[in-house]
Amino acid sequence: MNESLLAERCAEIAADHTRIRTRFPAAAREIGRTPGTSPEPGAERVEDDVRVRLLVALRDGLAGEADALSAEVHDLYRFGDADERRAVLLGLGELGDAIGDRAVDLLHDALRTNDPRLVAAAMGTYAARLDPAAWRQAVLKCLFVGVPLRLVADLDRRADDELRRMVADYAGERRAAGREVPADALALLSEHAHPHTSRET
Amino acid sequence: MRIFDPHIHMSSRTTDDYEAMAAAGVQALVEPAFWLGQPRTSVDSFVDYFDALVGWERFRASQFGIAHHCTIALNPKEANDPRCTPVLDLLPRYLAKDGVVAVGEVGFDSMTEDEEKAFSHQLELAKEFALPALVHTPHRDKLAGTRRTLDLVDAAGIEPGMVVVDHLNEVTVDVVDEAGAWMGFSIYPDTKMDPDRMVAILQRRGLDRVLVNSAADWGKSDPLRTRATGEAMLAAGFTEDDVDRVLWRNPVEFFGQSGRLLLDVPEAEQGATFAGNSLLRGER
Repeated sequence: MNESLLAERCAEIAADHTRIRTRFPAAAREIGRTPGTSPEPGAERVEDDVRVRLLVALRDGLAGEADALSAEVHDLYRFGDADERRAVLLGLGELGDAIGDRAVDLLHDALRTNDPRLVAAAMGTYAARLDPAAWRQAVLKCLFVGVPLRLVADLDRRADDELRRMVADYAGERRAAGREVPADALALLSEHAHPHTSRET
Repeated sequence: MRIFDPHIHMSSRTTDDYEAMAAAGVQALVEPAFWLGQPRTSVDSFVDYFDALVGWERFRASQFGIAHHCTIALNPKEANDPRCTPVLDLLPRYLAKDGVVAVGEVGFDSMTEDEEKAFSHQLELAKEFALPALVHTPHRDKLAGTRRTLDLVDAAGIEPGMVVVDHLNEVTVDVVDEAGAWMGFSIYPDTKMDPDRMVAILQRRGLDRVLVNSAADWGKSDPLRTRATGEAMLAAGFTEDDVDRVLWRNPVEFFGQSGRLLLDVPEAEQGATFAGNSLLRGER
């Protein structure tokens, strides 16, 4: 990764937020990327880190202007390719305090896709802003599309009886069809059947 | 025979075409943004089209081991429609992306003022993003349109070597040659050029700065005309190396000026998915 160029781009964006419109798509080519592709969700990639840093610079450049920040972030997502959209979702955790609930619709958009890497990126810390019904559906979708539940932020605290009922039904359906139940689903259910005593003390 | 088709509209072709192209030796291509036969009526249609060019279509090509690149522009036909022209403001976002190897197709259709305005504006964008320009020449009044094109390129101050003027024929080739720009030829089943006429032009003026494409789209056209031209060259006494130069090294040299060619396509992995969508039907 070209650290000095990244610092330069961040300063440029903090000074003039409109510059992110062309710097963000070009960032992997100009600043740094992990070679090849990583089809598996949650893989660490240099270009994701680079673009999240550009988003942080945007946040700082638009401090106190939540609506303007939200508009810029929405456009980056709207006109972004799959890599750029993933980076926007990954960056939302860093923008949460500045942007508030304004970008929750981007999570809904990502969760409507069947792209495991977008679904995984949508389930970071910013997903705390999803309402309980949407969040439970999203966890179930992770099981469906093969996103490991370790990538779901705050799963242990947020998993509730309704989620476990949904996952138990899903497991029952899989068994009835003679199909394997994902290990992540079993782990979530076994926690329910045999709660860790340490948690209760 | 390895083939780089420098102008083909794959969005309107089937997977059978990709399969046949790969079997014929096509390993890379450029898909220029153009109109769709059915006119667009809003900017949003462009956005979805551009998204497909940098996403889904690249994935589809990769499934056949073909490296897919694109060019981005407001095409001359739709430059006349005020519902479409606001897309000009969105082009910079797409011209900054990986795999976008030129601004195009720009140029003239009916030689209107609106077309000229959009053309000049996009030549400026080509300079700003250090990209080559792919210029369409009109079906009607072709020679006058080609001359006007070269005037605008000159006025914009772009290196002629960064410009390909496309859909040329016996009548329009020489003015483009003299200007020092690249010469594109679309080999069609009936119209534009055919393989034997193409060979005659190559025999007359040589292989420099020549790009041969199929320009296959949603109309009557054939993605294997590039291969047919290579075979016609061999039959006329050109060497394998000459064919490789015209069908592979020339387009690599021209579009390589963008610094954004993606020629390291991984081995085709059948069963992979793009946004959860595979090309397989009923096999999973």
